[in-house]
Amino acid sequence: MRAQVRAWRAAVPPWVGRVGPAVLLALAIVFPFFFGVADDTMNTATLAMAYIVMALGLNIVVGFAGLLDLGYLAFYAIGSYCVGWFGSGFYADANIHVLATKFAGTLPGIHFWWVIIALIAIVFCAIAGVIIGLPTLRLRGDYIAIVTLGFGEIIRVFALNGDTLKIGDYALTNGRQGISAVDAIGFPGATPFSQLNLRPWYWVALGMVVITLFVNFRVRDSRLGRAWIAVREDEVAAAAMGVPLVRTKLLAYALGAGLGGMSGAFLGSYLTNITSDSFLFSFSIYVLAMVILGGLGSIWGVVVGAIALTYINYELLPNQLNNLPHQLFDLDFQLTDVQFAIFGGLLVIMMVLRPEGLLPERRRQLELEHGIGAGDAIAHEMEMEHP
Amino acid sequence: MAAESEATQAGPALATSPLDVVREAISRYGLIVFLLALPVFYGVKDLVDDGNLSHLADNLFSGLSNGSILALIAIGYTLVYGIIELINFAHGDVFMIGSFTASQFWSGVLGVGVATGVLGTIGGIVAALIVAMVVCGGTNVLIEKVAYRPLRSAPKLAPLITAVGMSFILQDVGLLWLGGSPASVDDLIWAQHQVTYVWGIHIEAADLLAFGVTIPLVIAMTTFIARSRLGKAMRATAQDPEAARLMGINVDTTISLTFLLGGILAGAAGLIYALYQTTIWYFQGFNAGLLAFTAAVMGGIGNLRGAVLGGLIIGCIQQISDNRIGPDWTPAIVFAYLIVIMILKPQGLFGEQTREAG
Repeated sequence: MRAQVRAWRAAVPPWVGRVGPAVLLALAIVFPFFFGVADDTMNTATLAMAYIVMALGLNIVVGFAGLLDLGYLAFYAIGSYCVGWFGSGFYADANIHVLATKFAGTLPGIHFWWVIIALIAIVFCAIAGVIIGLPTLRLRGDYIAIVTLGFGEIIRVFALNGDTLKIGDYALTNGRQGISAVDAIGFPGATPFSQLNLRPWYWVALGMVVITLFVNFRVRDSRLGRAWIAVREDEVAAAAMGVPLVRTKLLAYALGAGLGGMSGAFLGSYLTNITSDSFLFSFSIYVLAMVILGGLGSIWGVVVGAIALTYINYELLPNQLNNLPHQLFDLDFQLTDVQFAIFGGLLVIMMVLRPEGLLPERRRQLELEHGIGAGDAIAHEMEMEHP
Repeated sequence: MAAESEATQAGPALATSPLDVVREAISRYGLIVFLLALPVFYGVKDLVDDGNLSHLADNLFSGLSNGSILALIAIGYTLVYGIIELINFAHGDVFMIGSFTASQFWSGVLGVGVATGVLGTIGGIVAALIVAMVVCGGTNVLIEKVAYRPLRSAPKLAPLITAVGMSFILQDVGLLWLGGSPASVDDLIWAQHQVTYVWGIHIEAADLLAFGVTIPLVIAMTTFIARSRLGKAMRATAQDPEAARLMGINVDTTISLTFLLGGILAGAAGLIYALYQTTIWYFQGFNAGLLAFTAAVMGGIGNLRGAVLGGLIIGCIQQISDNRIGPDWTPAIVFAYLIVIMILKPQGLFGEQTREAG
């Protein structure tokens, strides 16, 4: 079976690798024209784009650098709150407008252009990523997971109780109630995007995906990307070969966090209400499940994983299969109630049966299938490319 | 890692510079100073405000009884980590299943309620304790079989991810069992009933229950691990699985036994928690699990006494924070402690070097 796949893969001419992404991009751009402007499919597709960015960000930390981050919700939260702080009427006493959209320009509060907010979110999250990364530098494996989880929980607690933290009249967050009436994305001075037409939202999200993919491919094949993989495979050996551990790891955290923040800023604006209830530990696991499902470290795999899980979560479970337990077994619950058990089960099954993911990274697959170490895997890979 | 970097720092410079002395002092005493900061601050505040320490003593006492529940859970983490170097993420949820099993057993199967007589209540609680221990022990062994054993030779990330997956599955089992909102449990032991009042400390029935169940169990557990043949096998496997196998120890059985023991203690903790708090819900395991894990790390993971001590300390921190700062902020404070421990002394109070953190 595997040999067949390999033979089939070898039969694919090399130009497919170059043309394939362009065709995919063209299909993704025209995709909205096949659906209604504001139907469920458009909503799911837009969310899927945002989650691809999230998952690719986490993939840098977990997949490339091998640092298990269970606190990824921190960056979603910070990115979203950047929209709440700089693009809503939350601080109604302040009146700052920078390149705001048509309506937002006349409202009280702080209103920046969304692109500026996204840049601020990236910077804030990158700083937060470095701060979270610092205490984990001396640690390995499970300990990193727990420390990042702890940071995620701290951020959640601050989001939840931030309404009581005030400097003057300016609260940090609005807790459970949420910061509502967030500015929609739009061009400066023009009418902002509306929830009644999701196509522009989708294209903005698609633009973020393209930027993220570009960054991911370029970084993975750069000196830094190779350093991450070296650290992932053997930290001591990497350090001995002159890889600066501190800088390499912190850059992974910062870049991963920045991408999460960008996506968080998009989701904050798209979902229109920034409430602490969206920032839960389960979110981190949800994004992690995308990375695992697609294949740790595999960029296209993670894209597929993110699309698949978003589809399962927003379309398949709530709209198609929700009443299945009732219909099949006459049970008194709906599938959306147990969606996290489904994700949990998915994680377990994937790890036990196909730990390399749906579209595995080649190096990891060689390791897992042939039981050879990273060094051998590279040699094997080169052998296959240049026999 | 810490040991290596310390060694390289101390190695080349024969004459120790003042900075090294400071660094040494911080790594040795920093954690203790940090741990004492909260009680000392409020102790001084109480002395200034009230002129005595009874408020703080009351906090610390309920912290200890609260912490004894955490200690029982923390032992489960530390045993498992000691033997296979895995954070059993689902352990907190096994504890939750313990609470659910116990409370549903005495109310649903035995029909014990507030109106039942003293003997009936005690009998019901003991029966529920045994059932909860058996169910949780079994669940934990099953989790190990399904989710961890197939991955024993896989990269370290793999079993941790399945552990998170199992945790979510158990949580949703709890969600389907008793619904999404906290369910109340019959207050069988009049948990808030004040038994005595000494030096400003309110000793309540729940505190007596917590100590009454925890202390014998911890003693039994430490004796079992220190004295029995199986305990010896466990310690040998923890030290070196390969060598243990060569000595004729069945490593798989020993690991199963470890999970069984951890699950049993989590079941007992679940029962105490249900009687102590009189409300249970499906998410309790997540919070308690993280607190207990922090406790295990604080004590030095892999170290039994460390886990107990860590549990008691975290219980006190939690109680002081709940009472003085506000329960909303308690998770943030406990995690801040966890992070500072990781920075100052990753190997914990009882300083055993582990491959991961040392």
